[in-house]
Amino acid sequence: MAALVDRKHLLSSVEMAHFVSHGSVMLESVVPAELNERAIDVFDAGIPGYSYGTPLDEAFPPGTFVRELLDLPAVAGAIQSLVGPGPRIDHHAVHIRPPHGGDAQNMHGDAILDTRTDAFDVQLMYYPRAVTLEQGGTLSVPGSHLRKINQTGIGRYQNLAGQTRLVCPAGTVALLHHGIWHGGRRNDSDNKRYMFKIRFNPTVRQLRLWNTDDIDDPGVIKELTASFGWLHANEGRLELVNRAKLWRVLTGDQLFDLDYYLTREQLRPQFVAPDATDARLGSSKRASGWNF
Amino acid sequence: MTTSIEEAFAQSPVQPQIRQQVLILYLGTSALDSNVIGWSRYDGTGKSKPTMGDSDEPPYRTGVDALIDGWRLIQLSQLQAHQPGHEYDVSYLPYEFVFERLVQI
Repeated sequence: MAALVDRKHLLSSVEMAHFVSHGSVMLESVVPAELNERAIDVFDAGIPGYSYGTPLDEAFPPGTFVRELLDLPAVAGAIQSLVGPGPRIDHHAVHIRPPHGGDAQNMHGDAILDTRTDAFDVQLMYYPRAVTLEQGGTLSVPGSHLRKINQTGIGRYQNLAGQTRLVCPAGTVALLHHGIWHGGRRNDSDNKRYMFKIRFNPTVRQLRLWNTDDIDDPGVIKELTASFGWLHANEGRLELVNRAKLWRVLTGDQLFDLDYYLTREQLRPQFVAPDATDARLGSSKRASGWNF
Repeated sequence: MTTSIEEAFAQSPVQPQIRQQVLILYLGTSALDSNVIGWSRYDGTGKSKPTMGDSDEPPYRTGVDALIDGWRLIQLSQLQAHQPGHEYDVSYLPYEFVFERLVQI
């Protein structure tokens, strides 16, 4: 990942729009079987920790297993599209759920409330083995990433219409916006469930980092306006406003809009029409006052 | 004559065989007859343990459907003014309705 990724491996505009509306991009079976096999021993042995913000080259230099994973063209291309070249490692963790182990987590957002609207971190989740429904893969709520909540303040929300339980083939990599609502579910199967997570911080402005050849594809708007069960609600249009704002940040197009919401808000003409505005003002007396 | 707090709170409830079940519905608007977009359950009988991600289909289509099925509404969220400068911000789900029913153990 040290050098720039070949353009053909970057995400498309339609895929970026999908990330903006869903808060995630899935790369199914992107990791070859041989690497998935080796991952188990590596994860069982554990991966050393690093200080927050360690450069990628320092945390995972060439020759390490993790670097091999991150250098897969499709993985490297997606990471560069989302956070740019030379990201820093916020933190990483190996999560192993034993058979029939653990309680479901309460729903939460990671870290703390993140006030950024002009940048975002990305969390990579890698599943070296297939995840079945029974294994209790991560539950997440598509489209929840732009809502400002703090950590487990949403712990009371057990189910939202349109939520997804992760089910995926071996070698799948998911890339998630840092704000996505999610929680680990109980493993009700006879097998261990493995997941390796890395959080990336950008070191460049997240401006048109993907392959924009298809920027005018109708699929972009279709993805940006995607709806989910829990958004069939009064706040659905506000979600569109926030997606449009993020798309403005990512494209640099300050006039971009979905529907007419952001444009309408800016319609505040200051020009006084000389013939249409009457010259007469009414008298402006104060009220007579109390006890007059 | 007063008793200690511990003694006072150790008394048997009037209906010792009764427990509370709680249903929280998140609706699409502030109207009780609007659609359910989220749901949570807590079981005071201790016989079940509802948890995150335990169902994909809501138990009721609307809040009123829960009333019709015998749930009693005990709280609904207030309508909050939008904070100046943050009118487009989205955060926690705003239309929360808390129901209960009392069941025998």
